[in-house]
Amino acid sequence: MSFLFDSLHEALRLVFRFDPEVYYVVWTSLKVSAASTVFASVVGVPLGLLIALTGFRGKSAVQLTLNTLMALPTVVVGLFFYAMLSRRGPLGDMGLLFTPSAIVVGLFVLGLPTIVNLTISAVHALDKRLLLTCKLLGATPVQQAWKILHEGRFGILASVVVAFGRVISEVGIAMMLGGNIRGFTRTMTTAIALETSKGEFELGLALGLVLLAAAFFVNAMLFLIQRSKG
Amino acid sequence: MKKAFFVGLVFVSVMAMICSAHGQARLRMSTTTSTESSGLLKVLLPPFEKANNVTVDVISVGTGKALKLGEHGDVDVVFVHARPLEDKFVADGYGVDRKDVMYNDFILVGPKDDPSGVKGAKTAAEAFTRISSGKADFISRGDESGTHQMEKALWKASGIKPEGKWYVEAGQGMGAVLQMANEKKGYALADRGTFIAHENKIGVVILFDGDKAMFNPYGIIAVNPKKHPNAQYELAKKFINYVTGPEGQKVIADFKLNGKQLFFPDAK
Repeated sequence: MSFLFDSLHEALRLVFRFDPEVYYVVWTSLKVSAASTVFASVVGVPLGLLIALTGFRGKSAVQLTLNTLMALPTVVVGLFFYAMLSRRGPLGDMGLLFTPSAIVVGLFVLGLPTIVNLTISAVHALDKRLLLTCKLLGATPVQQAWKILHEGRFGILASVVVAFGRVISEVGIAMMLGGNIRGFTRTMTTAIALETSKGEFELGLALGLVLLAAAFFVNAMLFLIQRSKG
Repeated sequence: MKKAFFVGLVFVSVMAMICSAHGQARLRMSTTTSTESSGLLKVLLPPFEKANNVTVDVISVGTGKALKLGEHGDVDVVFVHARPLEDKFVADGYGVDRKDVMYNDFILVGPKDDPSGVKGAKTAAEAFTRISSGKADFISRGDESGTHQMEKALWKASGIKPEGKWYVEAGQGMGAVLQMANEKKGYALADRGTFIAHENKIGVVILFDGDKAMFNPYGIIAVNPKKHPNAQYELAKKFINYVTGPEGQKVIADFKLNGKQLFFPDAK
């Protein structure tokens, strides 16, 4: 019990001591998670709309694949991109391995299936007559998509929130593609893994609390956006 | 509002990435966990970084993986401790300019009550034979690190193939293995540096040390630019000269934890 209490104390101390290293770690985590979520949304939401609104051969297979990809282990994504981005790999000349950009690439792939899938669900949950009405009123496909997007915004924003939660909490990709480099690619999760391996459990737990606080802050902002448009 | 927010977020994150990726020269070094988790690199790197206006990116993994990263050309310099593997790395043409940096030694740690009676052993091989009685667990790194290499060599010397319920392959770093030994009241082979760094947080104690077979030398090697044209050989060379030169050697000698010296410089 005192262990947990010490951790809480340490967490508050960490936050208010304004240690630049801690803030850099928090900043790195938020930066790579936000960037990858934004990229995944920009690609994933239109893709989800397209899959949900059009019928094509093999649609079930695509959806099944997407569902499976939601269970993608983070270390597999890490390993795959390690092989791609290593100097020996096909994209090695870009020199991306062990940079924040490499983490963003990995997290993007991790978050994408979540966003596409939940966007499809959000669209399916809408009243079927909405699309018909749009079509009857002579809306262009882009206008139709825009209307659907607007009507389904709660579900779609939820997909973004879930994806953000998945990417900010993972450790495998950040460790393998970032390398846990101090002051460069160390994220909150890799820092926690490191502190735990060093036996600094209080510091590890404290960072965990800071991670939660940061996630709370981002989600609160998304919540406000959701409400302001409601 | 929504649009503006997202556009802003994209802009900020992209800018931040560009800034952080191309700010200044970066030297990539893969190294064993003991150099970082003991805290040595925190004092060894800054003088070099300041003098040369570079940032040294440290990727701290087991020696086996550290050398693999060098083999793949994903780092510019490796700083490890497993002499046979280091020599192979150089012989295979992946590394050049190998130099001795420092040494310390490996120790056998375990629970204070020492159920397998390691304390009275005369040699490391004998100590390992006693551990194989299986009265308590032995926690192995199991990760091809330098410590794991040393452990395998010592098992070989004792003529025992470690198997059974008592032989736990953790697959984790030195600190984690010490924690595990502490929790399971088992034995473990550790480098003295990491042990001293953890000493006040765990209950296991040193039960055997001093055998010459447990000598633990650290070496530094530049990645061969002929094999990997991307490797920053000049900068790596500069770093090697610093670490093995009088300035770096003094930092290593002066580095103490809990009043104890962790590494002994021995560059020639």
